[in-house]
Amino acid sequence: MRKTVLYATLILLSALFIAPFYWTFMTAVKSTAELYRFPPVLWPSEWHWENFAAAWSKQPFGTYLSNSLIVVVLSTIGQLLSSSLVAFGFARFRFPGRDALFVLLLATMMIPWDVKMIPLYMEFNMLGWINTLKPLIVPAYFADAFFVFLLRQYIMTIPMEIDEAARMDGANSFDIYWRIHLPLMLPALVLVGTFHFMNAWNDYLGPLIFLNDQSKYTLTLGLSMFKGLHEIDVTSIAAITVILCLPPLALFFLAQRYIMDGAVGSSVKG
Amino acid sequence: MDMAAHTGPKAEVVRRRRANAGRHLAPFLFISPWILGFLFFTLGPLCFSLTMSFFDWPVVGERTFVGLDNYRSMFMEDPQFRESLWITVKFAAIYVPFNIVMSFLLALLLHHATFASGFFRTVFYLPSVISGVALVTIWSWIYSREYGLLNFMLSLVGIDGPNWLGDPSLALVAIIVASLWGLGGTMLILLTGLKAIPKELYEAATVSGVPGWAQMVFITLPMLGPMLIFTFITSIISAFQQLTIALLLTKGGPLGSTYFFAMYIYDNAFKYFDMGYAAAGSWVMFVIVLTLSLVVMRWSAAWVYYEGEVRPADGDRDA
Repeated sequence: MRKTVLYATLILLSALFIAPFYWTFMTAVKSTAELYRFPPVLWPSEWHWENFAAAWSKQPFGTYLSNSLIVVVLSTIGQLLSSSLVAFGFARFRFPGRDALFVLLLATMMIPWDVKMIPLYMEFNMLGWINTLKPLIVPAYFADAFFVFLLRQYIMTIPMEIDEAARMDGANSFDIYWRIHLPLMLPALVLVGTFHFMNAWNDYLGPLIFLNDQSKYTLTLGLSMFKGLHEIDVTSIAAITVILCLPPLALFFLAQRYIMDGAVGSSVKG
Repeated sequence: MDMAAHTGPKAEVVRRRRANAGRHLAPFLFISPWILGFLFFTLGPLCFSLTMSFFDWPVVGERTFVGLDNYRSMFMEDPQFRESLWITVKFAAIYVPFNIVMSFLLALLLHHATFASGFFRTVFYLPSVISGVALVTIWSWIYSREYGLLNFMLSLVGIDGPNWLGDPSLALVAIIVASLWGLGGTMLILLTGLKAIPKELYEAATVSGVPGWAQMVFITLPMLGPMLIFTFITSIISAFQQLTIALLLTKGGPLGSTYFFAMYIYDNAFKYFDMGYAAAGSWVMFVIVLTLSLVVMRWSAAWVYYEGEVRPADGDRDA
């Protein structure tokens, strides 16, 4: 009896969480006639897959997509390398000021983005980086506090004897990082890569502030601009929204095992 | 010759010294990306923005030092400052407790589900994976007056649905609900916390005849304490930074009813190009967020149990 209530609640809630996705997808494949029918058509009589191609050609979405991909790929590489380097430094060395620096690193997570956004804009403006993709890529090469924390926790679970054995065989610190720890922390790197990919792909405020020309837009910015101009073209907006959601959803399903394995939780326990 | 240079006793000393220096330098080389990033993308900008906040600082043109004038006119003369701050406080006051309580309840349900719990967990987490832009697009149709999914569902039970995004008394609620759709991250953290509580505690309690509600109050909540506090603080920070949804879903309207504080800062910076004034606003936000976080931490220290911690009271009892 208790189980029945439990599962009835879970199913009902799942329906609530899924409904918006379902609705968006159906909006994208409906015919225009069925779009404005009341009561709404919950299951379209015909499936118009060509809506996706039609929507895609209404703006240079191909350009937006390639900009998004450039940002996501280059910044993910930077994030994985820099955060793992820094995490290794904090996890495997004793040096004066280490603990204080680590606390400082953690504290930076509490700074609201708004405080940094204005001076960063001025800074990138001085560097001549406004209206380029650099502000969205370069900072990723300088490590992220949260990811450093996650990776450091992971490295700490790996026995120190492995490092010592490698050192006996003449390996230097960089060898130990590159040849031993990087492969070992693969699960944690998948997690960091996934989270960073999603952040970069989904970012809206960064592109909004740092980019001006349409030719530089990322997919999120392009969609929001398109939506602002063609509010009534609901089918196209829905189609692009579906496309925008696909990569993070696909990645999530692929990396699900790593995300759900509690790496998120362990980050909190400290 | 080369060989000799590398094997002689003198060379040995040099080599050792170098290796030593290397050992001292190595950790700093490893963490240098973060140190540089901290200087250029965090500390530098922070100092820069604090300085800016004491200036009348347009993007182009003459800068003039104005002392505390930005702060003074913000607090004394700018009704938008007070209104946007009040809207943000209202948003946070509703969003934060709902976010945590609902995440906690969902996590509890999942924790007690024996079958297909992975499936349901995935479903609840999905909305947190997508972009804010996509989320807003999706919800703008759900809330649509005539064709929206929500008003259609209401019409099924005979209610004539309101204009959710067009009514000043409802728009904030609409934004809160849309934001709560993305509670998956918080839920996941709490679920992990629930799973980490040793089962023996519950078994022992059940054997001693402790009723379910008491197990919740005296085992689950205290053991989950650190995670609840963590999610509490991160929710507060994200509530105060709320910008994307309001910017895209309601543009701050109708009648300024969803004009958040972050939007006020954003407009001053990138619409009116009054960088000094905007920087002052962002520091007000920083101080508020920091104060709230510290208050929560201090207040929680009294009742949250951290693993491995020995309380003075425990020691006294032993002695």
